[in-house]
Amino acid sequence: MVKRTPFYNIHKKLKAKIIPFAGFEMPIQYPYGIVHEHRKVRESVGMFDLSHMGEFIVRGPNALDFLQKTTVNDVSELDVGQVQYSNMCYADGGIVDDLLVYRDEDYYYLVVNASNIDKDYDWLHSNLIEGVTLDDVSDETALIGVQGSQSEAVVQKLMNDNLSELKYYHFIHTEIDGTPVMLSRTGYTGEDGFEIYFTALDYAEEIWEKVAEAGQEFAIEPIGLGARDTLRLEMKYPLYGNDIDKDTNPLEAGLRWVVKFDKGDFIGKEALEKVKAEKIQRKLVPFVMDGKGIPRPHYKIFNDGQEIGEVRSGTMSPSLGIGIGTGYVHRNFMKSGTQIEIEIRDKMYPATIIKPPFYKEGTVKSN
Amino acid sequence: MVKEDLLYTETHEWIKIDGKVATVGITDYAQKELGDIVYVELPEVDNELSAGDVLATVEAVKAVEEIYMPIDGIVVEVNEQLDDASDLMNSNPYDDGWIAKFEIASEDELEGLLDANEYKKLIGE
Repeated sequence: MVKRTPFYNIHKKLKAKIIPFAGFEMPIQYPYGIVHEHRKVRESVGMFDLSHMGEFIVRGPNALDFLQKTTVNDVSELDVGQVQYSNMCYADGGIVDDLLVYRDEDYYYLVVNASNIDKDYDWLHSNLIEGVTLDDVSDETALIGVQGSQSEAVVQKLMNDNLSELKYYHFIHTEIDGTPVMLSRTGYTGEDGFEIYFTALDYAEEIWEKVAEAGQEFAIEPIGLGARDTLRLEMKYPLYGNDIDKDTNPLEAGLRWVVKFDKGDFIGKEALEKVKAEKIQRKLVPFVMDGKGIPRPHYKIFNDGQEIGEVRSGTMSPSLGIGIGTGYVHRNFMKSGTQIEIEIRDKMYPATIIKPPFYKEGTVKSN
Repeated sequence: MVKEDLLYTETHEWIKIDGKVATVGITDYAQKELGDIVYVELPEVDNELSAGDVLATVEAVKAVEEIYMPIDGIVVEVNEQLDDASDLMNSNPYDDGWIAKFEIASEDELEGLLDANEYKKLIGE
């Protein structure tokens, strides 16, 4: 049974092109199209329905121990009101999912990928320890993203809290028009932005309209999943299922900074320590086409006629106007500046490995 | 929008006949389905192609679609404007957004194509 988010009727009204994605009927684009939507977010502000994402609540006296065991980042570093990007790994170091961990006063809130909700819940549940409860609240949670340089101005109009004081990867509990919401300064676009979570689904359409109304003076527009993907790829943010999966580990995926080996034991630690000691065999690298050609997932990567890897994500970059992609390449070829070729329909197209991100003008407030 | 004076295929190409030469492009319906077209790989002039062969490859931001040769023929001209302005296929699919012209090998084959009414029915218009 394909699910609908509380904003489905709004997407219909806005004439979105709706596709099945991760078990939901989601808007991939609205009538102006992906390139227009992408530019809207880069230049001013856009709003996203992200209600397909999964949310879990972890409670109990041993909640911290449980999350230290099941995620690779150090959850003990989190203050109340702070958010952390992390990965969950299998014992062999392969990635279960990437996620956000929110530390609230008496519980932790996890935000996981829509396509992995059931898998993640089952995996977390199978590793549950005494004194911890795990609740999947995905179906009761709506999520609106507001992203772009003007996002603070838009969201500020909806509440009295001083948002200039809300730091990157931090959150507050507040209200929009009397409806309680959790608001975090987070996003997946490379721009400054906010994510608004709430459970009053009966008021979902009203809250959407409130945000749209607040954004009117900045000509806010709805943004579909298509532009969400091109925006995240321009930053080289990983996408589960493309850039990372159960057969990749955080070290080769460029997520070494997320793994805290010194925090104590966690699932996958032994395997990842071995990877670290033996040096990674391949690495996820960002590359830019030198000229024509658009890389797509599964295209082969060559160097001097020798196959060295495979494309995982690829698109025409709306900001750069050229094909960009990511791919795993053998470690001998992972340095930025390395010349590679992408095989596209039996022809070789030159490309160059770069340092991330592709798009360097983003307004995201990292620290 | 479907133009009355053209022929169509079930794979959403349009064909305009001018004596022995046919012009081919994609329909308004197809360009809408694809979204922003960002790259077109054009065929080479003098290529001899059979019905069903890949004539061109069109890339949208999120999709790659092949454009098929509707009938047998030899490519005589390609729309090189698309190299720098593939968005013409979005903004003007029936005119400036044409893809290629080819010399028709056998006019008998034209009978297998759809007329405007049949194509409208196909796309539910």
